[in-house]
Order: sequence, then structure tokens, then C-alpha cells
Amino acid sequence: MRYSEKVMEHFNNPRNVGVIESADGTGEVGNITCGDIMKLTIDVDDNDIITDAKFQTLGCGAAIATSSIVTEMVKGKSIQNAATLTKQDVADELGGLPSAKMHCSILATDGLKLAIDDYLIKQGREPISGEIKSADPNFDPHAD
Amino acid sequence: MTTTYLDYAATTPVDVRVLDAMQPYFATHFGNANSLYKTGRDAYHILEAARENIATAVGAARPSEIVFTSGGTEADNAAFVSTLRRIAPDGGHLVTTAYEHPAVLDMVKWLGKQGYDTSFVRPRPDGHIHADDLEAVMRDDTKIVSIMHSNNEIGTINDLKSLAPIARAHGALFHTDAVQSLGKVPLNVQDLDVDMASFSAHKVYGPKGVGALYLRRGISFDAMLKGGGQEGKKRSGTQNVAGAVGFAKAVEICLANMDSEAVRLSALRDHLTSRIINSLENTQATVLSDLRLPNIAPLLINGVEGESMLLQLDNQGFEVSTGSACSSGSLAASHVLLSIGVPQEIAHGSLRVSLGRFTQAEDVDRFVDALIPIVERLRAMSPVYERYFGKKGNG
Repeated sequence: MRYSEKVMEHFNNPRNVGVIESADGTGEVGNITCGDIMKLTIDVDDNDIITDAKFQTLGCGAAIATSSIVTEMVKGKSIQNAATLTKQDVADELGGLPSAKMHCSILATDGLKLAIDDYLIKQGREPISGEIKSADPNFDPHAD
Repeated sequence: MTTTYLDYAATTPVDVRVLDAMQPYFATHFGNANSLYKTGRDAYHILEAARENIATAVGAARPSEIVFTSGGTEADNAAFVSTLRRIAPDGGHLVTTAYEHPAVLDMVKWLGKQGYDTSFVRPRPDGHIHADDLEAVMRDDTKIVSIMHSNNEIGTINDLKSLAPIARAHGALFHTDAVQSLGKVPLNVQDLDVDMASFSAHKVYGPKGVGALYLRRGISFDAMLKGGGQEGKKRSGTQNVAGAVGFAKAVEICLANMDSEAVRLSALRDHLTSRIINSLENTQATVLSDLRLPNIAPLLINGVEGESMLLQLDNQGFEVSTGSACSSGSLAASHVLLSIGVPQEIAHGSLRVSLGRFTQAEDVDRFVDALIPIVERLRAMSPVYERYFGKKGNG
């Protein structure tokens, strides 16, 4: 298994790490049992354009690189456009992902969709992609 | 940038003295050990000398009990396939452990699909196989029991003297994968009373592609590889004379310095472990047993994913292993860590640092110095570190 140069570049120098204070939309996806959790926060302007995006990710090289590039890909896009991003779009932007790592780009697009839905719901509007499952906030790794 | 190799349990560099010993047997003394003329006879004699040295090193009663193979995997596979064809071709019960190397584990799982009954004894959280747990799965029709001498990920050494007699009492053969133990800790096949044992050259500063199966005399064995009947009809194929010479030389060097090297490496291992535990919160040694290989430091770094650590260490020239799912291409964390009761989410943050002949104290310190900020950076990037492993979470 080998990562592309662009994956390694984003992994080594991740863009937009952090959390936006009082963000317009927040999405957290993943599962600590699987080892991958991503939190994406976005700010959206009055024209539904994403003006800022920041992420935090626990995960492998691919999970961090896909999170990083998604923050770059969505800035300046409308939420309607951003919501159509697929795992393949993210993988392509990174110059490809090893097949065993394709699920990492789902993490990134799922996090994005949740953040967009969160923004829409806060605005009292219909969510675009309601069926994505959020990370379980009550999961306790010390239980059992 | 200098490379600091800390993955000696994966493989080792060939020792220059081993390379020198092998050198004449490629272009100069190139003979086929089965040819009758002088060049062949010379090859035969050097091959048999290598066999005798390895037999002595592992405590075999006679050189003919050593069968050269292509490595540890072939030895492990043959220990099952070649004996079962003779002693139980139509089925029976096989016992191994849940934390074997895949060369044993996948063979037993495959045999299970061919109709054999299989049992996988779980190690206890101390990392060892306990006699009671073995006894509990034994049956009257158990044919082979295979328990590794030491584990390649966590380094725990099994007390085979308490386990092999259980197999014998039930009329089963006893095999041990001793690949990680050879040359690092005392090991004598007669003293341990095992029927078969697997060894590999590349873990002991010898060449890759060479290994051996110790096969106690009198055990019925049908060679997996058919052909010219080499290795006493137990493994056909023109013998790798240079490889066997290198293997024997490598073992000789290991044994000559084994005791002092074990003291040196276990001190480095313990220094590395305690420095990490003392410098980084939410870290621990995976196992604490005293019965461990001197060179493997298994660690759990909570709240960090192993592959990320591995890649960032690699960026700085440090080479180690992890039991994280994400490094393996599969989605399950290390079967070894899960078998001793480490939860999935903790196993994702495992590191295996394994030291060796060329590891110096300063390498260990430079490694820890590099690891600390990497872990802190990755934890800071995690959305859940504080939530799951912060002060209140960890109690």
C-alpha cells in the first residue's frame, strides 16, 4: 500500500486544522472503535456560500489527508454544490487513494454533509442529506 | 536524514560476518550438493556442516533432524501439512493459539475448512498461554498442538515445558514457532521436549529466504515439495548452500553473545518504555510479564491512530511497526492485541518498537524525543482526545 505524494503532502501539512468558534454548521462522524473520527465546522454566508471550514481528525494518514483537502475544496462553494461532493471526487483531488483507504474519503464527505445539514436545521430549513449517522457522543472507551 | 531502524522483529540486516561467510558459495564454490564429483561433494560437506551447527545450536539430537526450508512460513506450513497427510489424512482435531503468526494461524484456519476440527487457545491478558486453558480444549483425537515460543508483537515467552507434556499426554504432536526466540533467549528442543520447531534466518542477521524445521526423528512426514528427494526426502529442491551457511553463521554469532546482548537490549527496552510512559500521559506497556524477549517494546499510546504515528516517525527517519488496523489494509486491529483483551480503540494506538544488534542508547533517546511531539500534535488534532482520554475521562 502506497500513498500518493499529494496525500502525504496534506498529511504532513494539514490545512485548516481546528474548530471554528460558534460555527454555523458542525458535523462529527466516525467511530473510535474503527479508529477514525472527524469533526468539521463551517461558516456559511447569507448566499449559502461556505466562507470557512476547519477540521479535527483522529485517524490514519488517509483520514487526515482527506479531511484536510475537503476543507480546501469546499471554501467558496455553495452548500448545494458542496453537498454533491463524492468520495471519488475527494480521492481524485488527492491523486487517488489505496482501495483499502477509500472509506476514509467517505468519512470526509459524510462530515461535510452533516455540517451542512446542521447549518440548514439551525436556519429552520430542510436538511439535504439526513441519513448520515453522527458520531456517538456518549461512547466511552473506558467502559467494559 | 539518518534512518534509525527500530523494527528488528520484522527483519534484520545481514551481519557483515554472515555475508563474508556466504560469499564463496555463490560464484566460487557453487556446486549442487547432490552432485557426486568434487564441486558437488564440497557443497554437500559445507551444507552438512551448516546443518550440524544449527542442530547443535537448537539442541537437536542429530543433524538429520534439521530440514532446511525457504523460511519460517514454509516450516510452519510443513509442520501441519506434511505430518497430517501421514498421521491423520481424514481429519482430527488441531489446537493452536489465537495470537500465532499468520503462518500458523491461517494454515490452521484453512485446515479447518478442509474438515479438521480446530481450537484456538486464547492467551491471558498477561500475554501467555496457560496450561489450564490448553488442557481445557484437548481431546482424544487431537493430532497437533502448535504454540509459539514467543510472540512477535508483544514479545511474551511461553513456558513450553508446562504445555508440551499436555499434548504428549493426549497423543498429539507438539510444534512451536520459535522464529522470534532463536538467538535471543535460550532454546533447546530436547529440553523443551517439542516434536517440531520452526526457525528463520532473516530474524537473526542472516539472509531472507532461508529457514529450518526441526523434525524429531521418527515423525512420519510427507514432503510438501516433491522432486529430487533432497533433505532426506522431506523437502525437494536444490539446496540453498550459501543461505544455509549464512544461517548457521548468523546463529553462531547470536549465541556467542546472547547473554550479554539480552542484558543490554532489555535495559534499552525498559529505558525506552519508562521514558515514554513518564513523558506522555495515557500511555502504557502492552504487557508487563517478566518472561519476555529482551528486544521488543510493545506500547499503547491512547488517543492516537498508529499509522499516523508510524508515518510521522518515518518522516523523521524512525522505522517501527503498529498493530493499528489502518496500517494493515484490513479494517481489524491486530489479532494479537485483541486476543489479550486490548479493546479495538486502544489497539489502534499500538506501537511495536523492536531493538537489535545495531541499536544504541542514543537511538532510543532520539526516538523518544521524536515521538513525544508527534503524539502531542496528533492528539491536539483529534476531536475526541480530551473527551475520551482527558483528565476526567481517564479517572
